[in-house]
Amino acid sequence: MSPRPHAPAWSVELALLLAVSSLTACKREERDFRANPPSATAGNPVTMSSLQPGPTIVQTALLNPYEDNAYAVSEGKTLFGQMNCSGCHSHGGGGIGPPLTDDEWIYGSDPQNIFATIVEGRPNGMPAFRGKIPTYQVWELVAYVRALGGLQGKAIRTTRDDHMMLKESEQARSKGHPSPTFVPPAAVKQ
Amino acid sequence: MMDVSQSALHPGGPKAAAILQLGRFLWITATVVYVIVMGALFYALRSGTTRPATFADTDADEPERERVRTRWVFAAIAATAFILLLFIFVDVSTARTMSRVGGEKPLRVDVVGHQWWWGVKYPDTANPQNIIETANEIHVPVGRAVFIKMTSGDVIHSFWAPNLDGKKDLIPGHETRTWFRADSAGVYRGQCAEFCGHEHAKMAFYIVAEPRAQFEQWLQSQKSEAAQPTDSLAQGGERVFLSGTCAMCHSIAGTGAASNVGPDLTHLASRRTIGAGTLPNNPGNLVAWILDPQSIKPGVKMPPNKLDPQSMRALVAYLGTLK
Amino acid sequence: MREEDEIREKLETSWDEGSGLWAWLTSTNHKSISKRYIVTAIVFFILGGIEAGMIRAQLARPENRLIGPDLYNQIFTMHGSTMMFLFAVPVMEAVGLYLVPLMIGTRNVAFPRLNALGYWMYLFGGVLLYIAFFYNTGPDAGWFAYVPLSGPEYSPGKRVDIWAQMITFTEIAALIGAVEIITTVFKQRAPGMSLNRIPLFVWAMLIMSFMIVFALPAIVVSSSMLAMDRLIDTHFFNPAEGGDALLWQHLFWFFGHPEVYIIVIPALGMLSSMIETFTRRRIFGYPAMVLSLISTAFLGFGLWVHHMFATPLPELGQSLFTAASAAIALPTGVQIFCWIATIWSGRPRYTTSFMFVIGFFVLFIIGGLSGVMIASIPYDLQAHDTFFVVAHFHYVLIGGAVFPLFGAFYYWFPKMTGRMLSERAGKWNFWLFFVGMNVTFFPMHILGLFGMPRRVYTYLPEMGWGNLNMLSSIGAVIIVASVCVFLGNVWVSLRRGIPAGDNPWDGSTLEWATSSPPPAYNHLFIPVVEGRDPLWDMREGELAVVTGLRTDRHEGLLTSIMDAEPEHRFEFKGPTILPLLLAVFGGGSIVIAIFTPWGVTVGSILSLVILVCWFWPTISPDYDTPRKR
Repeated sequence: MSPRPHAPAWSVELALLLAVSSLTACKREERDFRANPPSATAGNPVTMSSLQPGPTIVQTALLNPYEDNAYAVSEGKTLFGQMNCSGCHSHGGGGIGPPLTDDEWIYGSDPQNIFATIVEGRPNGMPAFRGKIPTYQVWELVAYVRALGGLQGKAIRTTRDDHMMLKESEQARSKGHPSPTFVPPAAVKQ
Repeated sequence: MMDVSQSALHPGGPKAAAILQLGRFLWITATVVYVIVMGALFYALRSGTTRPATFADTDADEPERERVRTRWVFAAIAATAFILLLFIFVDVSTARTMSRVGGEKPLRVDVVGHQWWWGVKYPDTANPQNIIETANEIHVPVGRAVFIKMTSGDVIHSFWAPNLDGKKDLIPGHETRTWFRADSAGVYRGQCAEFCGHEHAKMAFYIVAEPRAQFEQWLQSQKSEAAQPTDSLAQGGERVFLSGTCAMCHSIAGTGAASNVGPDLTHLASRRTIGAGTLPNNPGNLVAWILDPQSIKPGVKMPPNKLDPQSMRALVAYLGTLK
Repeated sequence: MREEDEIREKLETSWDEGSGLWAWLTSTNHKSISKRYIVTAIVFFILGGIEAGMIRAQLARPENRLIGPDLYNQIFTMHGSTMMFLFAVPVMEAVGLYLVPLMIGTRNVAFPRLNALGYWMYLFGGVLLYIAFFYNTGPDAGWFAYVPLSGPEYSPGKRVDIWAQMITFTEIAALIGAVEIITTVFKQRAPGMSLNRIPLFVWAMLIMSFMIVFALPAIVVSSSMLAMDRLIDTHFFNPAEGGDALLWQHLFWFFGHPEVYIIVIPALGMLSSMIETFTRRRIFGYPAMVLSLISTAFLGFGLWVHHMFATPLPELGQSLFTAASAAIALPTGVQIFCWIATIWSGRPRYTTSFMFVIGFFVLFIIGGLSGVMIASIPYDLQAHDTFFVVAHFHYVLIGGAVFPLFGAFYYWFPKMTGRMLSERAGKWNFWLFFVGMNVTFFPMHILGLFGMPRRVYTYLPEMGWGNLNMLSSIGAVIIVASVCVFLGNVWVSLRRGIPAGDNPWDGSTLEWATSSPPPAYNHLFIPVVEGRDPLWDMREGELAVVTGLRTDRHEGLLTSIMDAEPEHRFEFKGPTILPLLLAVFGGGSIVIAIFTPWGVTVGSILSLVILVCWFWPTISPDYDTPRKR
């Protein structure tokens, strides 16, 4: 058993490259148990109107720290069931509340929009979860709701669960194309 | 910190005792067999080593000794077969002993495995509304058989309290049963024995075996709803509990909190531990646990709760009233 | 002798594969491929050992904060998967693929290109697993990957998919190795080597290969079902939709239990070779040994439920598996008694190899006896999934497979490299391993009975498990030292070892009849065999040989299955890049399938193209008897 006669000389470099690149790790696979996202403490991150009294404050978009994280999406899915979201949204299909699997997003499809919808509540039945769900879990829910709408990459989305399947799984859905228009609730009513 | 007994070597009931007896038989037999085989091996090595260096490479010699060897090998095989038959006999008779429940009607307890805690229910067939819900602690009367019906809410777990019985798996989609009896009063620790994810290591439970009267008393107290707190601090704590994140997952009978995501807390203060056998149940540990369970049990489903000191003091005072 | 030199020269020319990177990538010679296989397997052994060291470091103290649960679960899964799929089975097959053609007197394995494909598949599977691990995508559901924990709902992300596909790679490699060995042994034995004259090592490899052929389909099916459940939403293991979580356990252990024998049986074959040589005695009771191996293989398929005694299966049915588990101790006992009788009749030479053989007896019998204990249902209900079982199977696998393997290394290293390993360092290697192994694993029996479950990343101080765990971790350090001595020994001996000569140990089987290391064509002439130990049988004279095979191409001799009577000549395929390409495209489709089903489509088409080239009918211009079609 002699050493390989022509052991590739580049193997050391390759190993180094791997070691260095592994520092960046894979965001999809992180399991962050003690999340304390910087955006967690921010107040209402979304405004309903672009008009502002007083000097102009530049609104910085809040990013979901859990976007592109499969574990957070999966935790969000569990919370979606546990916090009884399905009671109105019926596994994303809609019922009392609007469906979450289509391309229509009444209050916007960006992470900060969905965050605000959950935390603030919305007219006509969406309860406000402020103080009821810790902020990082809201972000997990946001990550999952976006997966429901096909707005997360396929490798990130949850797949079938170990229960009765009432609908196709999130990963089987085609990519979402959220309608960009912001429709205020009053406008819909009249 | 507390007396912990989680060992197959200190049986507290007939099933574990029968297994220990079987174990003793196995260990002694195995040791004897091992010593004999090692003796034979080293005898063989020694008798070979003493042969002259001019020892021939052919074995056409000594047909007589070849016959002796053949006889010994056959004897050894026969002895092995005999020991194995004896083993099967002892094994099956132990299994028979263990399957005999006997005595009065067993107490029924339902156990549901969760990641990473144990839901425990005492159903009352006569008055279904009298069902008792608790978590991670099973009280049983000494001397009466306990019949356990198990299933899992998520992945496979395994119910194992080695002082009382061997393990039984909790499998989603299946209902498994086992029984045990505690013959001496005591607190026995058990632990999940099937790998079930991040906190498999910290998914323990306690079986508290107590005299009949004491058990009945416990049963009665568990049937009651949570007492209304009387002092203002605890009343404030109840408000913290009901208005914040706690009530989203935990239930306390007699209040509005009725979620079944986490363990039932109606009689939390009467339990020995928190975090599924992870910490002794005292106010200091409760504060640490509520503030940051993730540092104690990383991955646990309970989120950290950044309560201000005043609310925390009130909440812990309230939880302390849930006897 | 001039004629002989001429033939040698011609064979050298026709079997030469050249040198350089291209030659390395295209080689189809069983010896160069097996050497890579062995080196790769040892690299994985070291990686798996590093993981084991991390596990022991974490468990050395209660409530240790060195490694968190998420990483710990990945590490112990990697340790188990590496040792079982990337070390134990491949290294046994590799040693077999190296030695079997030499021992039965043929020039190469039956399907040289397929053999190369097997290695590449194995390499890619292992590399895939470790690259994923570096990117925090190491599987974390255990090497047994029980559903539903490993299923889509409780294992988000791609970690378990990587595991399932790594299994696909290694199962392809293992099946290829098995097919190679079976065909080679059945059809290419030297004339005269009838079935009752095959060396016991070759018997062991043959039986192991048959076990692979029957056991691996179960894991092929189950890992595919798992991958489909996860990737395309099937419901094989979802009880709510008519699936069953227990189905996985049945399928997995129907493979998983025979897997243990797949690892141990080749080691038993190695032991027979070493015991025969180092006692200078023919193995006592050859027919009994062969029949024991065969019955072990059969019974090995009837034990899988003893991994499932705690599940809700009917108790009467479970008792059957107790009986079968006890019964398998009998053929193992027969072999041990026959070996002891052999040693008794001989004059042992205490070489390092033989020390490892003795180590096998001392350790494996402990593992075997604790194995009989956990065959008992009541006892197993206490011991199952505790450290008692960890101790048990490490005694079986280290004592029963790794010790013989180390012995085999010291035994056959001279044949493979032409140089002897240092005996002095070898003794250090042995004693450190022997002591370290016992210090590490014996306390685990006691820990298990004290109630310590397996696969826990930590334990509470008040459980009282701290001291024994610390002792066990110290033992692990000793094992690490031993493996370092071994690696150093190999490193130094490769450069400065004593030249070995053809037959340094005075062995009896055909691999010792050729030079060390053997030439690419193995034997100058195909030998003719007249007994079980050809080199001892001929002693004074010379080996009878077959002459007249063509030397200007890779010609071999096919013989009949039973009596090895010459049937006809055939040509081995030569070096080609096709196996590597097929592994790249086929393997690529397996990896890409994790992310998109299109991987299968594109990969299949590309693989098909390669296969068309592979099977393109070629008739060499100098074909003996041109046939009309």
